[in-house]
Parts: sequence; C-alpha cells; structure tokens
Amino acid sequence: MREVYIKTPLDDETVSQLAAGDKVYISGVIYTARDAAHERMVKLIREARPLPFDIAGQAIYYAGPAPAAPGHVIGSVGPTTSSRMDVYTPMLLDRGLKCMVGKGGRSKDVVSSMIKNTAVYMAAVGGAGAKIARCVEECSIVAFEDLGPEAIYKLNVHEFPAIVAIDCHGNNQYIRGKQMYGRDQR
Amino acid sequence: MIRADEIAGAAARLCIEANSILPDDVMASLTKATDTEESQLGKDILKEIIDNDIIACRGNVPMCQDTGMTTVFVELGQDARIVGGNLIDAINTGVAAGYKAGYLRKSVDAEPLFDRINTGDNTPAIVHVDIIPGDKLHMEIAPKGAGSENMCALKMLKPADGIKGVKKFILDTVKSAGGNPCPPIIVGVGVGGNFETVALMAKKALLRRVGSRNKDPRYAALEEELLDMINATGIGPQGLGGRVTALDVHVDYMAVHIASLPVACAIQCHAARHKGVTLG
Repeated sequence: MREVYIKTPLDDETVSQLAAGDKVYISGVIYTARDAAHERMVKLIREARPLPFDIAGQAIYYAGPAPAAPGHVIGSVGPTTSSRMDVYTPMLLDRGLKCMVGKGGRSKDVVSSMIKNTAVYMAAVGGAGAKIARCVEECSIVAFEDLGPEAIYKLNVHEFPAIVAIDCHGNNQYIRGKQMYGRDQR
Repeated sequence: MIRADEIAGAAARLCIEANSILPDDVMASLTKATDTEESQLGKDILKEIIDNDIIACRGNVPMCQDTGMTTVFVELGQDARIVGGNLIDAINTGVAAGYKAGYLRKSVDAEPLFDRINTGDNTPAIVHVDIIPGDKLHMEIAPKGAGSENMCALKMLKPADGIKGVKKFILDTVKSAGGNPCPPIIVGVGVGGNFETVALMAKKALLRRVGSRNKDPRYAALEEELLDMINATGIGPQGLGGRVTALDVHVDYMAVHIASLPVACAIQCHAARHKGVTLG
C-alpha cells in the first residue's frame, strides 16, 4: 500500500499519479460542502453568477461539522455519504474541481466526469470525525452561513488521512475490494 | 413518582454520553475485528475507528459529527406517575439542552419537502413508548446518523417467499448499501407483525448486545447464517474491501397475518450508540 502526501490546490499531474487504494495525507485548504450547499452552488452556476470560492484545483470535503467545544478549532468532522451529491458533481468538475473527499460509491456519470476532467475521489473514514477534527488547524465560514452545519467551511488541514477510492483513470477500490475479498462472487 | 425535570435532566445527560461513549460490547467487537480482518486497508480503517472512539470517550466529544435524530425508546411502568409536566415535552427539553451543552450537531429540519429549515436544537426527538408492568421508567437514547438510516429498507414479502426470500432481501439491502452506511455495520432484522411494527422490531433489535442470539435456536442459526453471508460479500470496512462487513446480525420476530411476511432490515453504522437509564 502506497502512502502519498499531497498539498492543495491540486494540478492534473499530481491527480493523475494517485491510484485507487493509495493512502493519502492532504495538507492545505479544503472546503466543506454537502447537500444544501451543492444545491446553491449549482443554482449560482445556472444563473451564471460566481461561486463563493474559486473552485479550480480545489478539494471539496462532503462534511457538516459538529459545533466546536471551547478550546477546539472544530467539532467532530467526518465524511457524509457522497452519492447524495452525485447529481451536482459533474457541473463542479467541469469548472475545475480536482478532488472530492467523502464516503461510499459514486455514480457512473460522476466517474466519467472524473476521467474527463482528471479528478480524484477519496474516502475518509466515516464515523471517525473526532480524530479527523485533530487535523484541522483553522476553520472559517466562506458562504451560506444560514445553513448552519451545511454552510461552506474553509478548513486548513494538516495531513488529513484519506484513501483513494476512485482514481482519475476510473479504477475503483469499492469494486476491486469486493473482488479481492468477496467469497460469494463465483 | 417521577418528576418531569428529572426526565429532562436524564435525557440531556444521556444524549451527551451516548454520543461520546461507545458501548463496551461494540468496542470489544471492533477490537476483535482487527484480528479477523485480512485486508491491510481494512485493518487500518478499523484501527482508525477504535482510535477515534477512544479520543471521543476521553475528550467527551461526539465520536461522529452526525449525532443523529434522537430516537428514544421508553418503557413506562403502568403504575408510574409523572409529575410536573408531560413525558414527551420533558424528553424534548432534555434533548435540546443536551445537544446545546454537549456541542452536538443539530441535524433536524422542521419539514421535509418545501423549506427544510433546521429547528436549531435537534428536536423533535422520535419517542417510542411501551407500557410495561411496574412503576419505573426506562429510557434508552439512541442517536443514529443518516448515513446508515438512509440504507434501511422494508418489504412486504409473500409467505411463499419464506426463509429464502428473507435472506435474499437482507443480503440485497446490505449489498446495495455498500460502503454508504459506514461498515462494519450491525444489522437488525424484523420478521412478521405488520407494516409499522416490523420496522420498529428491526430498530429495537439493534439495541441488543453484540454477540447475543435470539432465544429461538432456529432464529439464532439464521442470525449466524446471515452474518456469514454478509461477511462473504467482501464489502469490508468502509466498503473498501475486506472480511468484516458486519459485526453482528440480530433477528427478532413476532406473530404475523396468515397472508403476510413483512421483513425489515435496519442498518446501523459501527458507531452503534445507545445509553439508557431507569428512573423511579
């Protein structure tokens, strides 16, 4: 198993070297966005208005944090189920989004768009939000504050742990893993 | 006599504790799984989960940001008397207080289709009340995230579908859920009853201790068989491949109409949180 350390924003060269199954440690800025924030971003795109942040080369983390307790930067902040964002994702990939972090599989449309746009999808460990919160060094709200936990947060992270679930060549660890360990596939 | 403010106080405390302290049976099962798991990636994921749960417990912070819609299972003794307010209001007061004081995420929208505005205090809780003999009140609080909740399913099978049909439905549900509900999962199965009771039965089966078996040896054997079938899928920790997809399967049943075979599959993520208290 390969371990790779990357820094955001990402370029095509970095993305194309990441392979399904790699363990990745991300440092730099990542933006949280989930259902409601995606709906609003896509609405802005359809109305030809600017997005709240320049999405080119960036990473989006599908997450909605718990509130920060006193003395903490952020509360628990694990990934949410990515497939709920599938309908919105190709539009963002077409605008330069390079990396998504979440949990669970993606639709065929998303994978095709990832291949077309050289983008990567990573899985963070769902239900490990208390530990993941320790990688977050700074946290601020960028947009949609009225959405509470569903607002877009800008997170400065240091060595945020993730696993390449689907790489930009379409290799899919969810499928590969089942093939390797499934005993009912014969 | 049980005071309403006592119920509210207990509910608040349980919300905080349930979200930060994983039950010992689940923790033991996760630890055992790190030995059973053959995939290195799977082993690493299980260790991350255990690490996370220790951090949450020691730091008194929620193990998962999705602190759920608060589901409360109440067993109320028929001779118990609640004074100073009503049961449901007291629970909701406690939930609101607990989610504020514990810095837990408020994840409840007031209405599902048009506005979806967050209620801001994680109420209303979902409260199930069973009347039992005695004069005490037992309250079990189970916060459950939507990642696993969204993967639950119910089907009205035909009696002719039988055991084979039940197995197929459970396996299909787990397979189509894949990595979404944060495996390793715990699977609660309800069989029999009717449309609305079968789902509740499956949910309550999740509260049983990991490793416990149905008293009926035939259902106990079915639990073992379903567990083997689920762990043969290769879905593995977080869906990324491995031997440990489920920590356990609990099947409960009840009487059923001659023409029906309802089955419900409740899927619980590894953060199988619940904590209870008895008052009175």
